[in-house]
Formats: sequence, C-alpha cells, structure tokens
Amino acid sequence: MMILSGDPPRSRALTLVLVVIILALAATPFLFPGAKALNVAAKICVFAALVASYDLLLGYTGSVSFAHTMFYGIGSYAIAIALYGMGPNWAAVATGIVVGLPLAALLALAIGLFSLRVAAIFFAMITLAVASAFQVLASQLSWLTGGEDGRSFQLPELLRPGTVLVSKSLFGFEINGRILTFYLVFAVSALMILALLRVVNSPFGRVLQAIRENRFRAEALGFRTVFHLTYANCLAALVAAGAGVLNALWLRYAGPDTSLSFSIMLDILLMVVIGGMGTIYGAIIGATIFILAQNYLQSLMGVASKAASEAGLPLLPGLLHPDRWLLWLGLLFIASVYFFPTGVVGRLRNGGGDKSADASH
Amino acid sequence: MTELAVTDPLPKPKRDIAPILLPVALALVTIPLIGSPSTWLTLTAASLAMGMMIFIMASGLTLVFGLMDVLNFGHGAFIAVGAYIATLVFAPFAASVQADSLWVNLAVLAPAALLSMAVSGALGLVVERVLILPVYGQHLKQILMTTGGLIVAEQTLYALWGPQIIPMPLPASLRGSFILGDVAIAKYRVLATLIGLAVFVAIQLVLNRTKLGLLIRAGVENREMVEALGYRIRRLFLGVFMTGSALAGLGGVMWALYREQVHASMSDELTVLIFVVVIIGGLGSIGGCFIGAILVAMVANYGGFLVPKLALVSNILLMVAILMWRPRGLYAVTSR
Repeated sequence: MMILSGDPPRSRALTLVLVVIILALAATPFLFPGAKALNVAAKICVFAALVASYDLLLGYTGSVSFAHTMFYGIGSYAIAIALYGMGPNWAAVATGIVVGLPLAALLALAIGLFSLRVAAIFFAMITLAVASAFQVLASQLSWLTGGEDGRSFQLPELLRPGTVLVSKSLFGFEINGRILTFYLVFAVSALMILALLRVVNSPFGRVLQAIRENRFRAEALGFRTVFHLTYANCLAALVAAGAGVLNALWLRYAGPDTSLSFSIMLDILLMVVIGGMGTIYGAIIGATIFILAQNYLQSLMGVASKAASEAGLPLLPGLLHPDRWLLWLGLLFIASVYFFPTGVVGRLRNGGGDKSADASH
Repeated sequence: MTELAVTDPLPKPKRDIAPILLPVALALVTIPLIGSPSTWLTLTAASLAMGMMIFIMASGLTLVFGLMDVLNFGHGAFIAVGAYIATLVFAPFAASVQADSLWVNLAVLAPAALLSMAVSGALGLVVERVLILPVYGQHLKQILMTTGGLIVAEQTLYALWGPQIIPMPLPASLRGSFILGDVAIAKYRVLATLIGLAVFVAIQLVLNRTKLGLLIRAGVENREMVEALGYRIRRLFLGVFMTGSALAGLGGVMWALYREQVHASMSDELTVLIFVVVIIGGLGSIGGCFIGAILVAMVANYGGFLVPKLALVSNILLMVAILMWRPRGLYAVTSR
C-alpha cells in the first residue's frame, strides 16, 4: 500500500489487468523474442509515464495543455544533443538530464505564470500556439537540432546492444546492453508513475482536485490556485521531459516526428481519455491499448482493407487502409468522451466486483 | 455628473480607438525600417490580403465562442474540407480555370466557393448536433470532443483523397500583378482583400443593423437574459455556428488558391494562426478579430522581410505583447 500511496486500483478486474500488463512488460525480453516486441514494450513504458504526467494536468487540475510534447521533446533533444556533441559517455547523459529537465520546468513555469492566471480556455489555446512555435523553432535551428533529420547518437558502452553482460550459455538467454536499457526505461518509468501517484494523493493533489471541481471555491478557501496550477504544470513538465530522456535513450535518436510533432500530442490525449482521466492507472492502460493498436491493429487493418478491395467494395478499402487507423481511434475517442468519460479504469472500477467503488454512484 | 434633459439623446459609449490605430502605427513604423517605399507597399498589400483570409476563417470561431462559450478546436477541419470540396469543382473544369478570361474563371471560382461554403456549413450542422450539443457548458469535454472531431475529419479527408498534396492552380486571369510605377501588387491579393472587406462589412451590417444581429450581440453579452426574453438562443447559435463553418470553408478555398495547393494538414497549421488571432482580438469580438488578423499578417510579412529568423516566433511574441497590454485581448466583449 505504501508504494501505491494508499491509492490502490480499487477493483479486482483492474488489479488483474494492471498486474498482467506489468508482468508482461517486465518479462518481454524473455517471453516475446524479437526486436519489435521489445520496441513496443519500451514504447508502452515511456508513454505510460508521459501520459500519467499529462493526467496530472488534464485529469487532476482539469486544464487542457497542448504543450506536453514540447516538454517531452525538450527531454529527448537534451539527451540527443548532449550525446551527439560530447560523445557516448555518462557525463553526456548527466549533462543532458541536468540541462533538459530544469529547462522544461522553467518553460512550464513561464507558460503557467503567463496563461494560468486567465481562463482555462486561454491556457489550452496559448499552449497550442507556444508548442507549434517551438516545433518550428526546433526544425529551423538545424545546427543544434539537426532540423527535420533530427539527431542520431551513440549510447555509452554499457547500454549498447553489442555489450554482452551475461552470455547465452549461462541461462539460455543473452542479456545484452539493449535489454539493460529496456530495464532502465522500465524502472525509471515505473518510478515516475509511482511518484505521480504520490503527488496526486498528497494534500497538494487534493487541492488540485478541489481546483478542478470548483476553482472559485478553492480560491475562496484560501488556496493560491495560480501557484498550485503552475506547480502542477512544472511537475508534469519535469516528468514529461524525463519520459523524453528515456525515449531518446531507447531510440538512440531524437527528431521532430518521434518527439515533437502535434500528432504525438493527440496520441497522448487519446491515451489519457481512453484509459481514464484522473486515475493515473488509466495512463498505463491507455498507453498499452493505444500502442498495441498502433503496432498490431494496423496489420489487421491491412488484411481487412485488402479483403475489401478484392471484394470490390467502394470506399471501404480507403477507410480500412492501415494508415487510417487513427480514424477509428478518433471515433473511439469521441465515443469514450461521450459515453464513458471515466475511461477503461472507470468502467472496470464500476463494473468490477468491488462494492466501495459502486457506493460513490 | 452632468444632468441629462429628457429630450437629450443617450450618451454614446466611448469609442476605444487605440486598437484600431495599432496596425496603422505598425505600418508607419516599418516604413523607415524597410527603406524602399515600393517594397513596403507590396508587403503591406500582402499583409492585408493574408489578414483578410485569416479574418474570414477566424470570424466564425470568435462569434461561436462569444455567443455560446463554445471553443471549437475542430474549426480547422472546416477550412480543409472547404479547400478539398473546391478541388472537386476545379478538376473537371480545368480548361475553364486556365482560360484567359476573368469571367470564365469566375464562373468556375464562384460556384466552387459557394459549394465549399454549403458543404462546410452542412458539416457545421452535423458537428454542432453530434459533437457540441451533448457537452454544452463543459469546456474540458468541448475541447476533447472537437479535437476528436478534428482527428476524424482529417483522417476521413486522407481516406477519401489520399495523403498526397493536391495542386490547386490559380485561375489564369488572377495570376500576375498589377504594376503601378515600381510597385507590384499580386492580382489575387487584391481580390482576397476585397472579399475579406466585403465579409467584414456584411458581418458588421448584420450585427449592427438587423434584429438578428441585435439578438446575437445581446446573446454575447448576456445569454440568460436573451433566453429569459423568450428567444431560442440555441437555434440562433446553430445559425451562427453554421455561418462560421461556411466562412471557414470559404477561407479554406481562398487559402488553398493563395498557396496553390491543398493538404489535410493545412487545418493544423491554420488552427494555430486562427487561435492567435482570436486571442489577440479578444474572444467574441469581430472588430478585435479583424484587427488581430491584420496585425498577425503584418508581423508575419514585415517580420519575414526584416528578420526572417524571428518570423518563426513572431506570432507568439505579438500575442505576449498584446496580452501584456490588455490581458483579455484588444476588445474584451464577454464577461467570461
């Protein structure tokens, strides 16, 4: 209980799903051979942390930010530029973290102080404008960021796939630097999610929820709402930048498409809403569903699209084309905002056998 | 306090002209910076044309917010839809588009624009009923719903037209420039400016000279009061929403012709620009939106000429500067 900050999943079904996801992720290097499975698992870890940090903003304070990928991108680029410029050593990794995380927090502070004072709707619009400007800036400053091509870099010796730590003859598995990197990503993501769980269950988190429910009343009770919102914004930015660091370390690359584009922002929104806003656990489930769909639904759709075009149906081949998978997730997104705004987690909590969750209805 | 006699007219509210002077001042300040008057004139004409197009697209968004407190993040979708619909008309009549006669060209252009407006307006009806009606009064859900709508609309456009960029050539008679002395002003920009001005004047006339406009303005100021007087503000709002969507469609056609290409991602790019304009102008204010659009276009054009690197973030800097001066935009209309 301590480790979950006194906020357990509160549903047998949800607990089961979470345990299965976490065990499957932890055992991926041994259970599912092949680079693709490991990539998918690492991406789920990174996005679970990223989406959880977004949930702190969207689910717990009720403010919609469109600048979350900007912080994610800052983390990615900080590591990439440091390792690219200083060579593959641990000092570069440290430099990237020491520069990237505070930079993200500072920018979040500036945006927060500037736009959180006014109506929530301004915050959404201003973050969107700032994020798009940052994206253009990153692709134009090509001497620093590599422009549209991004930056590829080498990892420190220990984390390279070529480094064999435990040879195959010992356990029947080869444990190399790649697998070590995976567990690094897994562990840091888990730590960040647990830290967020701690934040939302602290008195500070309660104030955030009070602001979400009724900002005016929270202010009347004597809480400095701007301070709380800005603080939450900075925390979320820090975790997002941390997730960006992990993403860059895993991909050995940072570029506009993988870490800055607006479509990632939409992906995050989809994940948090499908998983369940204001639960943190929803982030894990949303990220898992979304990334599995992204990687495996597409091939399924390819088959369906081919079948439809062979059957001579109009329109369907285009709609079922693998590149159009976002269309279906978009529809799912709208349906889930409309029909079950609490997402998968809310459904499981209310549908599962736990009585205490039903009492609140 | 001055005493008012019964026969005296009511005192007129003070006109706030500082925002109107802002673009004028900006234009005057840049003359010495740019140096050559002919370059300055060309840039100013370009800013006006671009500003008018942005205004046409943004006007609907600002009214919709002002009237019903609904922020439509999917507004950009109407722009893209309008542009794509126009390509449907342009493709079969390619010969007429390339004919060197203004009237033949306009005979294709006008129906294309009207069809785009009709389709965007109809789509606006669907979006309002399906996406926005269920979540009235809930900002968070509105943003999520309309963002979802944007994703679906964009993906549907890709599915129907494919992901490639569709070229949209400017009609033959609108290409080239008017040459006055050593000043060159592109013909299409003149047309765009005229259309934009016409839309602005039409909106102002409807808002200020008709009963419908009176109700809309009253609704922006105090929705409950208008409802209490027995007007069905929902229906009024639906009308405004459809008009705004149709205008976005028109703006999309004009922007596509300006860029001479159509792509579904144009909605993303323009959404940001429109938001900046709407924030600068003050949510809900048509006049502010008009000035904001011109300011954004001026900063983009002058900035692009003077300091090209700065042009990338010029919109944000402009927005920050304006909000420092007036935290709720140039004209704060709503009390929200």
